[in-house]
Amino acid sequence: MRLTDEEAAMRAGECGPLRRWAIEHQIKVGDYLGAADFVPVGQAHIMADTESLGVAGVEWLERWAALPDGERRVRIPATTDPRGTDFAQAHRLKQQPWMLDLERRAIAAFEALGVLMTDTCINYQTIMPPVRGEHMAYGDTGVVIYANSVCGARSNFEGGPSALSAALTGRTPRYGYHLDAHRQATFVVELSFTPRELNDWGALGGVVGRLAGDYWQVPALIGLDRVPSGDEMKHFGAALASFGSVALFHMAGITPEAIRLDDVVPAGTALPTHEIGERDVRALQARYARDIGAVDVVVFSAPQLSLLEMQALAALLDGRQASIPLFAVTSPQVKPDCDRAGITRRIEAAGGTVLSGMCFYQSYARELAEANGWSRLATNSAKLVNILGGYGYRPVLLSMAECVAAACAGGRLGT
Amino acid sequence: MSAKIFYAAAGMGGKVRARALVASDGFSARYDLDRIRGIFSRPEHKLAGQSYRGRVLVLDVAKGGVATAWMLYEMSSRDVMPAALVLNCVNPIMVQGAALADFSMISGFDVDITQAIPNGAEVEVDPAAERPFVRIV
Repeated sequence: MRLTDEEAAMRAGECGPLRRWAIEHQIKVGDYLGAADFVPVGQAHIMADTESLGVAGVEWLERWAALPDGERRVRIPATTDPRGTDFAQAHRLKQQPWMLDLERRAIAAFEALGVLMTDTCINYQTIMPPVRGEHMAYGDTGVVIYANSVCGARSNFEGGPSALSAALTGRTPRYGYHLDAHRQATFVVELSFTPRELNDWGALGGVVGRLAGDYWQVPALIGLDRVPSGDEMKHFGAALASFGSVALFHMAGITPEAIRLDDVVPAGTALPTHEIGERDVRALQARYARDIGAVDVVVFSAPQLSLLEMQALAALLDGRQASIPLFAVTSPQVKPDCDRAGITRRIEAAGGTVLSGMCFYQSYARELAEANGWSRLATNSAKLVNILGGYGYRPVLLSMAECVAAACAGGRLGT
Repeated sequence: MSAKIFYAAAGMGGKVRARALVASDGFSARYDLDRIRGIFSRPEHKLAGQSYRGRVLVLDVAKGGVATAWMLYEMSSRDVMPAALVLNCVNPIMVQGAALADFSMISGFDVDITQAIPNGAEVEVDPAAERPFVRIV
């Protein structure tokens, strides 16, 4: 990779050992993925729950956090993805003291590095949506795909170590979705069905993600009969990224880089085209455990719920009582609004629990299952059902209304 | 000999030799593994129930989210870790994770590498060679 004088100085250790490690890490990644140079970035978003970090990762952070102030602090705004717990509600999840201790240590280390503990995977809804053409170093696949596709920003998937590196150096290797050439569509999806429910948007994302197959594929969708809302885009994108490892999609006439389909289809290229209808969406949903008669727990999470989703959930729960655990997970930015607007009170009056600043699958999901006796789980998040199988759950993908009905019927489905 | 050596487009980490665990399926540490027990835990995965510890994993594509970037380092710290990853196609997360963990990985072949290497074969992976390769020994 070509280095500027400033980058060469960082590599030589003139800005301290942490920035030297950071730029060496970025050069390794950039060399592997064919980056010619670096591109300055405006923000970094760091995924670093302690289930992923483990003790080793937290100790690694603590070593850097012990450096002198001038050597350890990030250079650009750096925010965090959800943590592994909501300290105020950890007892309801039966999380163990060691989990909370590890979280506290990770938080202290990040704060010492100058990272803003935003603890959210919906920063594009609540912190600062990126601008078209703005280069970012975002982690959390749902954040990246929304920023790239809906906002027209430019980011690759940046895992925690790389997002932290970008925060320390103020730049990231220029490869993948920072480059015009990679932002063109690689296949077209012709839709005969426009979803209505969030779980259907997620399932559609899952279907397209399975078609895509790998990170370097960019689907362009045509045939939607209306413009999706921000929450619908959120569920679609999160599932597409989860099932397919996809970081960018276009919707012709809707997303900013595809005013016309021709804008994202290379000239003279006949791209593969796939037709997708309602039957495909239902087939994906049916793959999950629809044959089970009841669930043990209902979870709304992944991504964290927006204020409008929280309001919709409260309305569905009004006058009813959940008789199995029901968790609604939102961001620390949305939670105070829910408190002020009485939404938290309404959900909790119906027997639900509002969790803030965490995400269910990033919170020791396997240990939660064992401690609480949970196996069968209902959710309206396609991303969550895609992840939780590996953690030992039997997840069911239902609408928000169906999930609430199950929670209020002792977990029985189809009531 | 030439029929049993497969060159990759890119590589990272040191040379390793171990038995291959092969499947035409993807890889994500978060989605697919029970990292405590060191087995594939995702029921739909073609290697479900099998131990990956000390094996050269030969798989199709890097899948899933960003957590693998931390998880490879954590797995390495406990030595409940594959010996190397050999993939047809990587995503940035797998590269970032391998870079942090100093883990051996190669990717990008002229053939479908999951069809070229038999499950259980003894293989050598050399990411640091001038042309990174995996070789059946």
